[in-house]
Amino acid sequence: MAQGEKIEVVVLRSEGPGKGAHEETFIVDWEPTLTVIGCLMAIQRNPVTRGGGRVAPVVWESNCLEEVCGACTMVINGKVRQACTALVDHLEKPIRLEPMGKFPLVRDLVVDRSRIFEDFKRVKAWIPIDGSYDLGPGPRVSNEVAQERYALARCMSCGCCLEVCPNYGPDKSFMGAATMNQVALMNSHPTGALNAHERLDEAMGPGGIAECGNAQACVYACPKEIPLTDSIASVGRQTTVHAVKKFLKMSDTKHVAAGPG
Amino acid sequence: MANERYIVVGGGLAGLMTVIKLAELGKQVDVFSFQPVKRSHSVCAQGGINGAVNTKGEGDHPEIHFVDTVKGGDFLAHQPLAKGMCYAAPNIIYLLDRMGVPFTRTPEGLIDFRRFGGTLHHRTAFAGATTGQQLLYALDEQVRRHEAEGRVTKYEGWEYLGMVKADDGRCRGIVGVNLRTLEVRAFPGVAVALATGGCGLVYGKSTMSMTCTGTAAASAYQEGVKYANGEFIQVHPTAIPAADKLRLMSESARGEGGRVWTLRDGKPWYFLEEKYPRFKNLVPRDVASREIFHVVQDMKLGIDGKDMVYLDVTELPPARQEKLAGILEIYEKFIGEDPRRVPMKIFPAVHYSMGGLWVDYQPTTDGFVEAVHPKNHQTNVPGLFAVGEVDYQYHGANRLGANSLLSCIYGGMLTGPAMAAYAASKDSQGEAKPAEMERATAKWRDRLGQLRNMSGKENPYIIHRELGEWMTKNVTIVRENKKLDETLGKIRELKERWKQCHVLDSSGTTNQPLLFLNALWNMLELAHIVTKGARARDECRGAHYKPEFQIKEPEKSSPTFQQEYDEYVKKYHAQNERWLKTTIAVPGDGEPKLSYEDVNVSLVEPKPRKYD
Repeated sequence: MAQGEKIEVVVLRSEGPGKGAHEETFIVDWEPTLTVIGCLMAIQRNPVTRGGGRVAPVVWESNCLEEVCGACTMVINGKVRQACTALVDHLEKPIRLEPMGKFPLVRDLVVDRSRIFEDFKRVKAWIPIDGSYDLGPGPRVSNEVAQERYALARCMSCGCCLEVCPNYGPDKSFMGAATMNQVALMNSHPTGALNAHERLDEAMGPGGIAECGNAQACVYACPKEIPLTDSIASVGRQTTVHAVKKFLKMSDTKHVAAGPG
Repeated sequence: MANERYIVVGGGLAGLMTVIKLAELGKQVDVFSFQPVKRSHSVCAQGGINGAVNTKGEGDHPEIHFVDTVKGGDFLAHQPLAKGMCYAAPNIIYLLDRMGVPFTRTPEGLIDFRRFGGTLHHRTAFAGATTGQQLLYALDEQVRRHEAEGRVTKYEGWEYLGMVKADDGRCRGIVGVNLRTLEVRAFPGVAVALATGGCGLVYGKSTMSMTCTGTAAASAYQEGVKYANGEFIQVHPTAIPAADKLRLMSESARGEGGRVWTLRDGKPWYFLEEKYPRFKNLVPRDVASREIFHVVQDMKLGIDGKDMVYLDVTELPPARQEKLAGILEIYEKFIGEDPRRVPMKIFPAVHYSMGGLWVDYQPTTDGFVEAVHPKNHQTNVPGLFAVGEVDYQYHGANRLGANSLLSCIYGGMLTGPAMAAYAASKDSQGEAKPAEMERATAKWRDRLGQLRNMSGKENPYIIHRELGEWMTKNVTIVRENKKLDETLGKIRELKERWKQCHVLDSSGTTNQPLLFLNALWNMLELAHIVTKGARARDECRGAHYKPEFQIKEPEKSSPTFQQEYDEYVKKYHAQNERWLKTTIAVPGDGEPKLSYEDVNVSLVEPKPRKYD
């Protein structure tokens, strides 16, 4: 595209849950490096529809604008992704914007993703340190393990994997790939491994790993290319071992292997 | 007493560390954030966190880190705080490691360290290309644990409007607005900390996130908190300009051999290499920013006549390019061009605010800071604390790279216990009373009510854009009194035009333009403080560069060099007599009113800042 050209942006808008939804079309001037976020900002500066109607500016969530915070997830031309990296030059026009469907709608493109963080609490997605006082260096870790963990630790809770998962939804209990990934991440740390069994108990319960249907849609949707199916497979293996040990009433004092594998 | 609540506003590194310290003391904490705290701006930091751990056989030591820091800050930093921070740094890095941060490691399994700007030692720990994100996630996880165990309540999706004050002026609560329901509510707090970050959005486009408007700091200023060193704004030399943001391109690109150039007479001109034959492309940040600005703005040699020059990694061998993979991917993702084959287009961008809300501290007799003392990070309003980028301490006139993640966490470690000590002292008188809460709530309900009725002809987003353009043009790298006066005039004009704004959105739920209108006024106040401070400070110090008042260094080749150098040193000390002081701003008659305070430079003697 070039200077002077116009872009049509169609937004599915709504005042809130149960208040009905309608489309509004806006015309935005093209400029180099323009993204969907740039289009939404342009609409703020001139909140007038193609038909000339003066409307409230489109409401959306964003923060970092560089794909590290996970705030700006939305459905763009039918695909769930971050709006900040959706370059207009790479998108078919007109550009269609919709909110995610798996989370309660708030307004326009904003949804409520607090369920993700409730699930993180359930699986104890943290390393239980004794306290934040000085205890000297932590345990040694090979760089190979550190890089494997880093790949999982890049999860920004954007919700893309949950949006595409056929087993995840407002009426379903499955906690989803992002939460299973946290179990794998925390269990792969030397300290986290010490209470891995607590996370595995949750992962074996309602909403846990057994409810993954192996569709593998999650790994393709993840903007950070996290090996989600590897995490899910790892948690599947860990819970199997854990369940067998529990059945045989064996104590779980042996570390789960350091590393996500 | 046991049910008293503590309030922390802002869920970045500084805020969350404060929360953790309070929760560990058994306190009940309410933390407020625009968005889920793991989306806070701390997430954007790329380079790393400094600590003189000395595992590279270099004889590094926190004392060296301390001297590097105060020199980097051009001696404007209160030295005991900088010293405390540098000595605490190794244990802070160890703590983050124990919390699970996936730092890049060495073959022996230790944390790896790289070199960064302003130092000769390898003391920057890093986690891939997203260190800030990983540190923030570690603290977010710890706070989630405290939340699950009942000590912390999160109010995500709330915005700070102002303080709840007792009749005698002490702060004992806040007023917040729920961003969805627009409910205005007062929250009692026996002590309150603002950890609300920097103010890059005052400049329109910057490397900061959308929530970095400085609105909470400006509100506190208008309710009685001194604002210090506002004019000291760091400009990072290499950012990727785009329609919506100026994205950071890490210093490590030049560290691996990237070259900065523009076209002159149709041919590539490597202007940094030509002017600085020894340091070449790795001159200090403020020097590089000034040169790029000069070439583009004064010599009009920007690429395609625009505000950009090239940062070129195309000639690097593939192995070196691979080491930069993480940050090269950013360029490719947002600009759609492959920097391995075409040079990157970059330009300096506003990056960090060294100045901010005034906070006190309690030094020890041996040059450190008391670990637990109510004065630490307390503002001049009793009961109100400030910590993180929003406070003015640690970095003086210029911040060293990788020292910000450190100062936020160290500050949080001081602030939590300080708040508890304050609450236990006779200075505190507990949480807010219902009448005080009602008074504060009414003030903000009225204010938002007024904003909802605004129906003039101006669009606040357009006014914001104009403000950003003026500030970026006149109040960043090069400051001239004539242009600063023009900018002050523009700010006054924009403040009048703000009153003619239209609220744009009449909805009673999730009304973003309404809150933006409030934040815009606050950004205009901050712009006023920054510009007025810059206008008044007639010298060059750190990030504040006013060439009409520069003291010229004599040429080494001059026959009368020694005599000239003695003169130069005399002028340098005279300048420090006049200007080695903290700028203080308080509201005056529609304008900020400025005064100056002394700085504690008792540990390292100020001397001319040289990097050759």
